[in-house]
Amino acid sequence: MIAADPVAALAARHRWRWPEALPWLAAVAAFFLFPGYLALGAQILASILYGLSIDLVLGYGGIVTLGQAAFFGTGAYTAGLLAAHGMGAPEPGLIAAGLAAAALGALSGLAVLRLSGLAQLMATLMVAAMLQSAADKASAITGGADGLQNMAVGKVLGLFAFGLYGRTAYLYALAVLFLCFLGMRALVHSPFGRSLVGMRENAARMTALGAPVFARRLIAYTIAAGMAGISGALYAQSTGFVAPDSLGFDRSGNILVMLLLGGIGRLYGAFIGVPLFMVAQDRLSDLDPAYWYFWIGLGLVLMVRFARGGILGLAARIRRE
Amino acid sequence: MHQALSAAISIGFFGLAYAMVLYLISVGLSVTLGLMGVVNLAHGAFAMFGGYAVTELMARAGLPFWAALIAGVVLVAAGGAVLERVLYRRLYGGDELDQVLLTIGLVFMSLAAARFGFGTLDQVFHPPPALAGTITIAGRSFPTYRSFLILSGAALVALLWLGLDRTRFGAMLRAAVDNPRMAEAVGIDTGRLFAVSFALGSGLAALGGGLGAEILPISPAYPVQYLVDFLTVVAVGGAGSIRGPFLAALLLGISQTAFLYFWPASGSFFIDALTLGLLMWRPRGLVPAA
Repeated sequence: MIAADPVAALAARHRWRWPEALPWLAAVAAFFLFPGYLALGAQILASILYGLSIDLVLGYGGIVTLGQAAFFGTGAYTAGLLAAHGMGAPEPGLIAAGLAAAALGALSGLAVLRLSGLAQLMATLMVAAMLQSAADKASAITGGADGLQNMAVGKVLGLFAFGLYGRTAYLYALAVLFLCFLGMRALVHSPFGRSLVGMRENAARMTALGAPVFARRLIAYTIAAGMAGISGALYAQSTGFVAPDSLGFDRSGNILVMLLLGGIGRLYGAFIGVPLFMVAQDRLSDLDPAYWYFWIGLGLVLMVRFARGGILGLAARIRRE
Repeated sequence: MHQALSAAISIGFFGLAYAMVLYLISVGLSVTLGLMGVVNLAHGAFAMFGGYAVTELMARAGLPFWAALIAGVVLVAAGGAVLERVLYRRLYGGDELDQVLLTIGLVFMSLAAARFGFGTLDQVFHPPPALAGTITIAGRSFPTYRSFLILSGAALVALLWLGLDRTRFGAMLRAAVDNPRMAEAVGIDTGRLFAVSFALGSGLAALGGGLGAEILPISPAYPVQYLVDFLTVVAVGGAGSIRGPFLAALLLGISQTAFLYFWPASGSFFIDALTLGLLMWRPRGLVPAA
């Protein structure tokens, strides 16, 4: 499909289209349809935000990471420690978590982004592994392997307490996700976002054009780290608990699988892959607790074989044909 | 002084045995990465199934250790060859994310399959009677099986390097790693070469998994639990290199043993920091492939 006027087509890229309302309508509908699953729902919403942060780094920035949990966990511990020390108001906790994770992202990005390929992948992994060991050992502060337990999370807006059924947690996570998504959407459609894509496709050419490749990647990495931190804080505040596995390899790896399942670099991949994976995990592990990994694994293999580019990639291909 | 010497000897001894296992498992990963450009995150699963084959064939079929080991290597190498034909070859030179997705899928399937077949507990590994107990060298006693690991590991490494240096297959493999297009242009059948090297790499992993079942206990979590160690050996050593990962395995094996000896609580933190430092210092590995 070639637009009649390419300039108009490019200018229209960032315009809202009606299908973009669907995820939000679905999220609101789920609130009323599945009142028994709102705690899971809140975790899904927080994970979508986490998936968006991976999409920014990997899908748009082309930075291969297996260590995004470093930022998720930093956010979770920041919010958790604040709540455990009498500063339980959720919104400032969320902002502090985002800032702490972003600071760590900027710092580690200075090292990680100088590498490429396998070395970069390993470096991201090592940063997360070091933090996990540190959280594990500093048990006086973090509670060690038992996790941080004495969190006292305050009321959202000073009005709504986090309850047993997760109603507050769900709506709170949905609101935070929506705000972060608006920011992310504006970012990827901005000239900055387009230049990230340019660097992903051909870094040498972007350098030749005069784009500051390293600096822009560092900014993207920092922003994504902040998003992951906010997502970790949402998790911590809604479950009232943080453990070192929030910094672990599984936390970095599974989200990557979820995002790839949905489709990467398409902005909406996380909205499809994350709920699909997490609902399947919840259902299949109820039916068949030990072996659900087999089915998800088979699904991934078949997907690479028959549906490259994830579900959104498949949908785009069907539409073209 | 005496104590320091004795600590140094035992760290060297146990570190060396561990390094041999790490290298045998990781060398195949280095070849798939350097030769085919595939990040095979499922590589640990080949080692795991090698370990299961050895322990199960000994326990259930009553096979002697040697026979079980050989059977395990052959089975896993054959399995690797089939997977290469059916799945991996489609990934060569392809999208990295597809590789990650497919190989993570295989990891998940292997976890579940191992759990289904063999339960969740660690496999019990008994060295053959001839290698049980300890031996005494210069007044110090060492576990016999670990000494055997070091010696057999060294012999296998020497055999592998000699084979790759001296045989026609080795020359073809090195040519294809250095310059695949040129290798193809001079008439090397790279498709067949890839299949053979993949099977060889899987077989070596199975051998490492089987021999090392005492050091890295075999359980369904194996492919995930040790993946980072195998990847570290390859990244620090140099992807595509044969000798680099050996250096990295020695470094990692001995330093891990030393840190665990002196600072058991915070050892892993320093190992990760050391790895990060090495990666920053030599991003293409200690011995970069050409």
